[in-house]
Amino acid sequence: MDFIIAALDYLLGIPLFGWGIHVGLVYKALLLLVSLLVFTAFILLADRKIWAAVQMRRGPNVVGPFGLLQSFADLLKFALKEPVIPGGADKILFLLAPLLTATLALTGWVVVPLGPGLALADIDLGILFLLAISSLGVYGVIIGGWASNSKYPFLGSLRAAAQMVSYEVSIGLVIITVLLCVGSLNLTDIVTAQYEMGLAHMIGLPQLTFLNWFWLPLFPMFVIFYISALAETNRPPFDLAEGESELVAGFMTEYSATPYMLFMLGEYISILLMCAMTTILFLGGWTAPIDMVPFTWVPPVVWFVIKLSLVFFMFAMAKAIVPRYRYDQLMRIGWKLFLPLSLGMVIIVAFVLQLTGWGWHGGMA
Amino acid sequence: MTLPLFFFYLFAAIALASAFMVISAKNPVHAVLFLILTFFNASGLFMLAGAEFLALLLIVVYVGAVAVLFLFVVMMLDVDFVSLRQGFLQYAPVGVLVGVVLLLELLLVAGSFVVSPEVTSAAVLPMDDGVENIRAIGQVLYTRYIFIFQGAGAVLLVAMIGAIVLTLRHKSNVKRQDPVKQVGRRPSETLEVVKVKSGQGL
Repeated sequence: MDFIIAALDYLLGIPLFGWGIHVGLVYKALLLLVSLLVFTAFILLADRKIWAAVQMRRGPNVVGPFGLLQSFADLLKFALKEPVIPGGADKILFLLAPLLTATLALTGWVVVPLGPGLALADIDLGILFLLAISSLGVYGVIIGGWASNSKYPFLGSLRAAAQMVSYEVSIGLVIITVLLCVGSLNLTDIVTAQYEMGLAHMIGLPQLTFLNWFWLPLFPMFVIFYISALAETNRPPFDLAEGESELVAGFMTEYSATPYMLFMLGEYISILLMCAMTTILFLGGWTAPIDMVPFTWVPPVVWFVIKLSLVFFMFAMAKAIVPRYRYDQLMRIGWKLFLPLSLGMVIIVAFVLQLTGWGWHGGMA
Repeated sequence: MTLPLFFFYLFAAIALASAFMVISAKNPVHAVLFLILTFFNASGLFMLAGAEFLALLLIVVYVGAVAVLFLFVVMMLDVDFVSLRQGFLQYAPVGVLVGVVLLLELLLVAGSFVVSPEVTSAAVLPMDDGVENIRAIGQVLYTRYIFIFQGAGAVLLVAMIGAIVLTLRHKSNVKRQDPVKQVGRRPSETLEVVKVKSGQGL
């Protein structure tokens, strides 16, 4: 029974079983989960508000002051309605798909370091874990579309399958270029490397941390990653899997009430995960943009959230101002533009690092 | 009983059960989904063996890409499942034969310790010298096994080119879009400004 006690102690931190004072993993996970869900509720509202502002509308403004509680009202509405399951649907898979989407999106956050040492699991292969989780996101869409046993959802899921698999390739190659510079797959190492080396150190002004971040030396990769992240999460202008002008609502056509809410929640949380990945890979994670007094007073977690929100603002603006892509053009930029570009950059970056001896050497090596 | 052992049996049991479901599921889509579950549990077993890199790579490559394409194809198949089932018994002997051969091989491997105990010392054990998984693989893959590695890459490249050559068709009657041409278009090439006198036309 020892291992059960050890496991309980690790998970719950019940002081009866051990003398070490520590907070159990379950409480940390719960804190992360709740704050993530609340943050997602406001991000959802922000998305709608930004969209409305671009189109000179007011957006949601009825529930609560400035419509701040709109997402919570939506939650109540979704939860209280009746989930309708189509007659010919594969019931188990139909309900499994939204659960899968939401669970996978939340799982990715386990490895994200929100500050120094502030990750639930600071694993060595953190970025590979994130890549694996984001590549699994496609299953919720495919299974949901197929299990609905209806034509529009099915077409939507087929589109999503091809689209998400294609853009994973370029995302993987972009990640490889960053990894070449860092020499570690650990997310904390990636952030630390952007603090300890880079352009700011080269020009002799190490306070200007924002010049260190990888967005500057790897700018083309930053752009490719941003666009691929839009495509990977089915965000407009690449939301062909749910293009309402062609497919009603794509793979979500037959969904209602709580299953639909889970789909939407999972989608937004995986968008936030992509924003977090952009922040960690290119915007220096939790480090302050300028390493001087007024900026260092702000806690690292706040910097992380600010950068995350900034990237999300870019996502929201893309939704508001860019018209939807045509499907063949989407595939064209994925395979014929991004793949050769990012592959070429991997080779160039590897050459430059090898010839100049740049790169971060503070890792495990 | 320790925690890793518990998880080993958990993953192994689910892997075996879902592998059985792959061949016994009536609906091919369900079969592919069970195959994915099998991959997942195999990845969990890798993780327990200390091969985290392989475990995550298995998920990224097989579950994230290969199985998606499987599912893609299987979902689009319009098969009459009843007629598909009918030839089942006809192929059963061949399947049983393959199964028996595999079982014998497994027994041989597992039983080699009994036949010659010195094999045990040659068994491959995971390294435990603090080197990260990915670093350890990189150290041997690009030095000792570089030719085999590059050879495997060349084989894959040839296979890929072969697949493209087999499927690529340039139909002459299809209108294709050339973005470079479109962007490079100038008003002077396509527009002609004409002054038309009123009442005359061109």
